[in-house]
Amino acid sequence: MRKLLFESVFRQPLTELAPSAVDAAVAELVAAVGQTARRRLGRSLSIREVDAGSCNGCELEIHALNNAYYDVERFGLRFVASPRHADVLMVTGPVTKNMREALERTYHATPNPKWVVAVGDCARDGGCFAGSYAVVGGVSEVVPVDLHIPGCPPTPTAMLQGLLALLERADADTGAS
Amino acid sequence: MPSLIDLTLEGRKVGQHGPWPRVVVDASVWTFAANELAHGRWSLLGLWGEPATVHMAIMDGQTAGIAVISLDCPNRRFPSVGRHHPPARRLERTIHDLFGLSAEDSPDVRPWLDHNRWGVRFPLGERIDALPKAAPYHFLAAEGDGLHQIPVGPVHAGIIEPGHFRFTASGETVVRLEQRLGYVHKGIDGLMTGASLERGVRLAGRTSGDSTVAYAYAFSRAAEAALDLVVPERAVFLRALLAELERLANHLGDIGAICNDASFALMHAHCGLLRESVLRAAGAAFGHRLMRDVIVAGGVARDVGNDGVEAIQAALDNIRLRFPALVELYDNTASLQDRTVDTGTLKASLASQYAAGGYVGRASGRSFDTRRALAYPPYDRLRFDVPVLNEGDVNARVWIRVREVEQSLALIDQILSQLPNGPIRKEVPLGGEVREGMAIVEGFRGDVLVWLRLRNGLIERCHMRDPSWFQWPLLEAVIENNIVADFPLCNKSFNCSYSGHDL
Ligand code: SF4
Repeated sequence: MRKLLFESVFRQPLTELAPSAVDAAVAELVAAVGQTARRRLGRSLSIREVDAGSCNGCELEIHALNNAYYDVERFGLRFVASPRHADVLMVTGPVTKNMREALERTYHATPNPKWVVAVGDCARDGGCFAGSYAVVGGVSEVVPVDLHIPGCPPTPTAMLQGLLALLERADADTGAS
Repeated sequence: MPSLIDLTLEGRKVGQHGPWPRVVVDASVWTFAANELAHGRWSLLGLWGEPATVHMAIMDGQTAGIAVISLDCPNRRFPSVGRHHPPARRLERTIHDLFGLSAEDSPDVRPWLDHNRWGVRFPLGERIDALPKAAPYHFLAAEGDGLHQIPVGPVHAGIIEPGHFRFTASGETVVRLEQRLGYVHKGIDGLMTGASLERGVRLAGRTSGDSTVAYAYAFSRAAEAALDLVVPERAVFLRALLAELERLANHLGDIGAICNDASFALMHAHCGLLRESVLRAAGAAFGHRLMRDVIVAGGVARDVGNDGVEAIQAALDNIRLRFPALVELYDNTASLQDRTVDTGTLKASLASQYAAGGYVGRASGRSFDTRRALAYPPYDRLRFDVPVLNEGDVNARVWIRVREVEQSLALIDQILSQLPNGPIRKEVPLGGEVREGMAIVEGFRGDVLVWLRLRNGLIERCHMRDPSWFQWPLLEAVIENNIVADFPLCNKSFNCSYSGHDL
């Protein structure tokens, strides 16, 4: 273990590795997210993830946001265990009828001010599950949505872009500069 | 002892069902089969319904012979299989919820996927209005001095899928766990009805996101079996390449996540990087990090170029360089082993009774792997081992995954070196007649089964069965006598799919 730890200390941080298109885009984005988040909130932005019926593909990419390549915690964006601690609900899936109440209750358990980010094509309008007897449809059918991040699933980079857009919008809404 | 062949001779064979036979039997043969399952002579692969018929897929483990038997139930009842063979129970409850067919003398008639929220009952059978008010769900009782219940979910504390767990504990020790699932039921079998093959494969690929390749693969093979379609050789190899990349990414992510649940974040961080390297290579090679919508009926929709092959090779090199040190770290960290060894032990007898697939079965002495047992191409031409252990604990499930990572690396090497040239897709002929097919494909968590019937080129009925159906109930069993704090470890070492199960 010591060897691994030492290596981690001396190895270049992964996000600053060779500028392939993706890495460069990520570095730029996270820098922007970091600045905006700090300007707007002056503290961390807490995100509660809610799977309201997803196929779990969106969750896989949300998980990836926490790996060392994207490492969103560096910018004060962190995933929290309870809606009571959250500023943002990140909701995935075509809301299923069996999850509708749980989503509503999670939303109401989240303190104001709060933002809802609908993640993935399903979360917009039910995606390819729209029209099923078991599905309500998009997240906005159940709770008000501030931002939609498209993709099936959206890449981690697309999600970072989305969060950045949200922060800018939050700035505009509240007049913060 | 009658063989499966004898059994199929008892029934009326259905034409155009590939590659295994399907026969319509009477109630006595149906019950006879249920008893054979109960005595462990055969394994249950699937049990599903239609508006007035039930079907059961069974396998003779000795010969890997497979057959589907069907029973007409005009009066909406059929003899319960679950009465004799517990693995069938949740499947029977589902058949009732979706089609309104009841399993006679079933010991468990509670609803399963239906939470009385759909506004309709029996959505795939003869629909009727939902009950005006949902009856409370009766969890099984656990009684005794000082027992307390801990309800968890459907919304969990992490970034995971929704489901409800009801723990009954005595102090810290779990004496009973009962799951309630169905929260992410999307009605996929229903959406399949009347869909084109194109839409069908998209839906299949969105049944369980972590197994999008495996589902699209199984669906396409089932359609091709129905249509007697042979796909081009290059596509055959590319499909296996996709399947192994998916297995690799999932195993790497999960090995780290299991360790993380024992608060060993270092493994999680390093395994997360390796997983990411696979996803990026997949993105570079196939245009999508999870390789969604690449496999289609008739072949694959996207070819891999030289750049893609190089990206994959670079990812493999990186894993070969870094993974052994992580395995050594896992093996040499006593505090981690303390949490995984002897935790959540699944007995071999239960794994065999439930025909548990994937690492869950193979960590408990069940050597079944469809890539070997059914040897579909190109696996019939590739060299690989199927690692098996007998301990059945969390540690054994981690080790099986470690070994499978190594096997997948070797398989991808072989696939890339043998990748034939040529077309990647064949036109799918859409005849008017009725055709049926079934396929079983090895996903990362076990065998994914797809059965379908085509009519006039459209899907008349499609049923998909996730390996989780036979793994979820085993998770209830293994947690007993472990402490509540070890549940995340047990759960993650199984990593059952919610979406694939709830469908
Ligand atoms: S958007 Fe795509 S990945 Fe996300 S839940 Fe829907 S089908 Fe799955």
